[in-house]
Formats: sequence, C-alpha cells, structure tokens
Amino acid sequence: MNTKTPSKLEKILAAGHLAVTSEVGPPRGSDAEAIKKKGEGLRNHVDAINITDNQTSVTRLCSLAACVHLKLMGLEPTLQMVVRDRNRIALQSDILGAASFDIHNILCLSGDHQSFGDQPKGQNVFDLDSMQLIQTVRYMRDEGKFLGGEDIKRPPRMFVGAAANPFADPFEIRVPRLAKKIAAGVEFIQTQCIYNIDKFEEWMRLARERGLHEKCYIMAGVTPFKNAGMANYMKTRVPGMDVPDELVKRMKGVPKEKQAEEGIKICIETIQRLKECEGVRGFHIMAIEWEDKVPGIVEAAGLYPRPKVE
Amino acid sequence: MIVAEKKPIEEIIESITGYKKILIAGCNECVTVCEAGGKKEVAVLASALRMYFMNEGKDVKIDEVTLERQCDHEYLEELRNDMDLYDAVVSLACGVGVQFMAEKYFNKPVYPGVNTCFLGAAEERGVWGERCQACGQCILGKTAGICPVSRCAKRVLNGPCGGSTKGSCEINKDIKCAWQLIIDRLKELDRMDEYEQLAPIKDWATDRAGGPRKVVREDVRQ
Ligand code: SF4
Ligand code: SF4
Repeated sequence: MNTKTPSKLEKILAAGHLAVTSEVGPPRGSDAEAIKKKGEGLRNHVDAINITDNQTSVTRLCSLAACVHLKLMGLEPTLQMVVRDRNRIALQSDILGAASFDIHNILCLSGDHQSFGDQPKGQNVFDLDSMQLIQTVRYMRDEGKFLGGEDIKRPPRMFVGAAANPFADPFEIRVPRLAKKIAAGVEFIQTQCIYNIDKFEEWMRLARERGLHEKCYIMAGVTPFKNAGMANYMKTRVPGMDVPDELVKRMKGVPKEKQAEEGIKICIETIQRLKECEGVRGFHIMAIEWEDKVPGIVEAAGLYPRPKVE
Repeated sequence: MIVAEKKPIEEIIESITGYKKILIAGCNECVTVCEAGGKKEVAVLASALRMYFMNEGKDVKIDEVTLERQCDHEYLEELRNDMDLYDAVVSLACGVGVQFMAEKYFNKPVYPGVNTCFLGAAEERGVWGERCQACGQCILGKTAGICPVSRCAKRVLNGPCGGSTKGSCEINKDIKCAWQLIIDRLKELDRMDEYEQLAPIKDWATDRAGGPRKVVREDVRQ
C-alpha cells in the first residue's frame, strides 16, 4: 500500500501489520526526565507514542515539547492536539513547529471541556472543531498551504489521526460520524477504551458495511483497570465510557492484591478477541501512570516483537 | 431576549456607598420579562436600600423610575430634566442600557444593578436558557434550527463530541447536548442525510472575535 508520509506508524499499518501504540502524559512541571523514562520503557514494544495534550484539561508540560524529547531519543511520537486551547493561528504554528522536528503523526481532538480541569475559570477557544483540524492538517500537507491560502515553505508531512468513540450517544450516528471524519481526511483512528466488546463489534460491523474499515486504519483502544475502584469510576463517572457490569463484578470478585493482575488479564483478553475482528488494524494501549505495564501486555497479547519497516 | 440576573444587594450597596441621592432606573423590555430589572424589581430594590440606609442611620434618598427602554436615546432623554437631582444612578437594564445611560449622562456615575447573562428565552417559569451568541452569521438553517454555537459547550460545528451521554452534555447532566437535539430534529425532519455534510470552518470575523460590531443600514439612515 502507498504511504503518504515518512511516518513509521503509517508504514507499519500500510504493510498490513497490526500496529501498537501507547501514550504518555507529560508531567505537571518542567522536568522532562519522567517523559524520557516512560518513552525509553516503551521503545521496543510500541510503534508510536501519543503525547496527551493537557488531558482532562489539567495544565501540564506541552505536548509538542514532550514529543520533541521523544523524537530526540529516536522514538516516534504522535502529537495530540486539542482545539480547546488554540485558535487557527496557534494550531497551524504548532503543526509547523512539530514538523520542523520531523514529528510525523498527529491526533486531532476536541479536548475535554476546561470545567473538568484545574483551570475551570479559563476561556476556551474552539475556533475549529476536531474535524476541521483534520481538514486543516491535510490541507497544509497535501496542498502545501495555510488555511489563508498562502504557500507553506516545507509543508508538514504528517499522518493524520483522530479519536472515535463507538460508545458515546447517540449510537446511530457513531458510524456516520466516522464516515464524516474520513471525509474530512482522517487516515487513522484510535478508539475510546473498549470494555463493551459486543457494542464495539457492532460498531465495526456497521463500519464494515459501509467499507469504512478500508478507508482508514482503525486501532482499538484499550486501558487496563488498576483495581475495582477504577473500573467503577470509569463506569459511573467518565463521560462517554461504557463498562459492562460483568467487568466491574469480575474486578470486585478478586482480592485487592490480585486486582491489578486481573485488570491486565482483561486487557489482554480484549486484545486477543479484537485481533479477530475484521477491520481492527492495531491497538492503542492507554495505561496512564502505568506505562511500565505496557510491554508485558504487548508480549502477552502476542504482539511482540514489533515489525521492522524501512 | 437579553436575559439578566439581579446582582446581590451587598454588591449594589458597596458600589453606591457615599452617595446621598440615588436613582434606581429600570427598563420595560427584556429585563422586565426575565424579572430582573423591571418596575417591580426596581421597587423591591429601592425599598430594600431605603431600609438598609435607614437602619444604618444614613440619610440617603432613593428614587425610582422605569423607562420604556434604556437602549434608546429617545426614552433616556426623559430623564434629562431630573438628572441633576441625583449623585448616581443604578441601572437595572442590561449592559447595553447601562452603557447608553452612561454615554448620555456623561458626568453621572452609573452602576449596573444586574448581571447581563445571555440571549435566551424562558424554558419554563423561572428557568431561562441560552439560545444565541450573536455570532453574526447564522447557521441555524444547517443545524435543524438548534444553535451549536451557543448550546454546545465546545461549539462543535460537526458534533457531537465523544462526551455526549444519554442526551446530556459532558459538562453537566442537566444541560442537554445540543448535538443530540440537532440529530433528533434532523430525524424528525427526515433530513438525516444532511448530517454527513461537513460544516465548513467558520468565519468568526462577524463574531465577537472580529472586534466591536456595527450594523449600518444606509436605507434606514436619515
Ligand atoms: S448561529 Fe450564530 S446567530 Fe445563529 S443562533 Fe447561533 S449564535 Fe445566534
Ligand atoms: S456533549 Fe454535546 S453539547 Fe456537550 S460539548 Fe459535546 S457535543 Fe457539545
């Protein structure tokens, strides 16, 4: 399959391998050691590492700088970018900044509302929405132009991704919405954490019906539970998250000291089952502040060693 | 209409402390309808202030007036002859009225008596909800008559975001997700095929972003 960018992630997906990505949240301070350490720990087990952008609206070291740290270590970062905090000037400017370090992956997101974070009294921007950010990056890359129409010298060469949440409401527009993101130019999708596998498979079936699985690479998102409390929290408190009762029960059913192990087991089983789901082209393993568990999950799920591409 | 809310009386007292003769000026339009600054609210505020100053042992004269509109030269002119009687004005009009009052009576301190909240309507008795942010380029025709600019917490033009849950917005379960409403109505109108049309990047130059706005109508100007 043809690739359009130098992205390693794109090459792996285009070659037909199941891709593996993970993510790292930057620290709430200016010491980059933690990012480097987490990146190093993931080096041999994932193809690209997302850096979150002030996730849940809590102020942190910026995604772009964290990506640069990884890039300088020879790792492959994916720049997450939310439209909450930047207008079209800042978005395009940060994209060029990332491109100047040859950061080749971007994930275009809306971002959680700032009322969830540490600055609920702040303004938000929302000049573009996430679909329009996808369009913007594609336009900058493919046409070599700024939104204003002027030429870009050395345009960005980025593989363009977005999130999809098969579990948010209303369900019937979840697939049309994916189609819309594809129409906007998205090339890969990382889904919301999947716990309700039946519902996810239904979403994939509907996506396949429209041939959408052939128009972009869909990577299934997974997150291991650390304990029963987390499973319950995700179920009841996190908007757009669908955790079936059986899973909460299963986590509660094991003694506290064994719950972490159980959470990881569920995560591995999910990956195993979704490997069989037609149209799933890889896995995005999100284990925030638990990144050291990712290599073990990758190995146990039979996704190791990672393929080498040119 | 413009929806406003009464300011706490403590805040009003703080702003007018020191003045001896104060005019409380209401407005007969939006703030009357939303029960924040009409004749009735003027009377209630005036008597509360009289009571307060009396208890404090202070001799402060509080007068009341309610104009047809405070956002209109013609009606504001009605105060011209009496304005010299007062040291300060508390206007219960929206922010527009307060400013028009201040422009007109340039040497008179004017204080706002309400917080101007949004452009909205009464959803039920005692509950007002936002409907418009005056973006200057209305897209309601494309969004089934429901405004994502004012009613979606992230003003997503191609919504909903991933946080929409059982009809509610991610920020609060008591706030309806604008995009759920849009989709419900597109279905009702049998226009769901329009959902997949991408909303173009919006030109916000007609919005607040473009700086203070003006509408000039040569055909109406004298
Ligand atoms: S689209 Fe603009 S003008 Fe129309 S209702 Fe919404 S904010 Fe008001
Ligand atoms: S949940 Fe709905 S209203 Fe709230 S931000 Fe998302 S799309 Fe907008």
